[in-house]
Amino acid sequence: MAVFLQNLVNALQWGSFYALIALGYSMVYSILMLFNFAHGDIFMVGSYIGVGVSMALIALSAWGNVVLPNWLILVLTILFSMFLTSFVGMIVERVGYRPLRNAPRASAAITGLMIGIILETGNLALLGARRVSFPSLIATATYDLGGVFVTNKKIMIVLVSLLLALALHQFVRRTKWGMAIRAMAFDFSVVPLMGVPLNRMIALTFALGSALAAAAGILFGVAYPVLDPYMGILFGWKAFVAAILGGRGSIMGATLAGFLLGFTEIFVAMIFPSTLRDLIAYSIILLILTVRPHGFFGEPYSARLRL
Amino acid sequence: MTLPVLQVRNLSHDFGGLRAVRGYNLEIGSGQIRGLIGPNGAGKTTIFNLITGIYKPSEGEIFLGGKKIDGLPPHRIASLGVSRTFQNLLLWRHMTVLEHVKMARYSKIRYGWLGAFFGTSARHREEAGIEETALHLLDRMGIRHLADQVVLNLPYGAQRRVEIARALATEPGILLLDEPTAGMNPEELAQIMEIIRRVHGEFGMSILLIEHRMKVVMELCETVQTLDFGAVIAEGTPGEIQNNPRVIDAYLGRERAE
Repeated sequence: MAVFLQNLVNALQWGSFYALIALGYSMVYSILMLFNFAHGDIFMVGSYIGVGVSMALIALSAWGNVVLPNWLILVLTILFSMFLTSFVGMIVERVGYRPLRNAPRASAAITGLMIGIILETGNLALLGARRVSFPSLIATATYDLGGVFVTNKKIMIVLVSLLLALALHQFVRRTKWGMAIRAMAFDFSVVPLMGVPLNRMIALTFALGSALAAAAGILFGVAYPVLDPYMGILFGWKAFVAAILGGRGSIMGATLAGFLLGFTEIFVAMIFPSTLRDLIAYSIILLILTVRPHGFFGEPYSARLRL
Repeated sequence: MTLPVLQVRNLSHDFGGLRAVRGYNLEIGSGQIRGLIGPNGAGKTTIFNLITGIYKPSEGEIFLGGKKIDGLPPHRIASLGVSRTFQNLLLWRHMTVLEHVKMARYSKIRYGWLGAFFGTSARHREEAGIEETALHLLDRMGIRHLADQVVLNLPYGAQRRVEIARALATEPGILLLDEPTAGMNPEELAQIMEIIRRVHGEFGMSILLIEHRMKVVMELCETVQTLDFGAVIAEGTPGEIQNNPRVIDAYLGRERAE
């Protein structure tokens, strides 16, 4: 039982990363019918921006003789990096996707893959082929709950992820911008006639998704502080699977599927040798999709943002 | 002299080598209903798309209350007061009737990010105001009882009314209706005509109506333009239009008319 609970805790943390990244995939897909294949690399960029921001904040606090507590530095790092990374997302949209708005979707998908490669190799060119470590801002504290070990970092990661997913849900449900994004998911063409600036709303969608990916990148850096330029690839693909599994366009679905993916991977690794983890875990996912090709909350034959 | 609500001067539009609209002129005064008829492919919907900014005219000018609007992006033109419905209903299938009307208030909503998230009292007041206006509008369209229904589940006639309510909620200066009676049974037809009359009478709305059914045009419109191959071939009262030989030619074909 303790082993089970221990794995459950680990799975929650692991699923958090998938869920946050999947949300960005899902949002963009719901309005543009486009999978932004550069999204995994935006997660990577967000993580690196997080390193830069936190090092700048540490330097600033040392230089200015104001001792910022480390937890505050972490909070500020998350917020600033989300803000900065949202611009990366908007630039990707403006430069990569907007010129292809009316082109076949395959062209946009290829463009996404290319943008991903540019982000990876750009990082490589800029920072060199070495791994970067994420500054350790909070010391790990481990709590023993009857044989189940929970760290403060794991609790933080899961809570922050759930909070962000909930915030996105509220944003989409309660604000006029959210309402516009939802309407665009159903029918693109009428929305401007309600006085909504279409391009700005699309940019906003990319900004939101990228900000969440950045948050995932930093949380990942907190848990696994070694970053490399290719860290976004596998995460991106897996989060993409989560977005499909959740039902394209569904915020709730993407979040749940992200966690489900985490559970599947961790529990498969609990039973089988870990080298077979992805093979078996994704065979299970494939099986689910065979039975339910439109995912948990998706509509057959069309993808709509459902709340 | 009062300015016409909508004025179109010498409007032309080309799709590649095809001239879809040629030298189209229109003037609608405040509170007028004008009809636009013509065979399929005559360019009626293209004119709507030009006025609403979906297409940029190849030639010509469009004025809304004296302000030049051609070349502006669709969301700007909408905010300035041009609203429309579509021949094939374009609704947001899984959103409720009330949400459709609220969405139409988008450009009028003032509250900011913070208000939206933290529920400031200004936001609540504004939201309550929007809801009240929206429900009032639904009431006048006779669909208030459907406010919380998802539009997907509504009968066709009700969906048409939702679309008209949504168009009116933007508080337009002019309403463009693209075949509002398409595909309706006689009962729905009578209802929608009543709605259009009410929109005209009670709201004093200026309306440009594309319509195929002569009966609807005859009963509703003060004057009618007939379009064929992108050009106006006849203009006048519904009675004059109906007996105009060129209109009969356009609709029935020349050989048959001879």
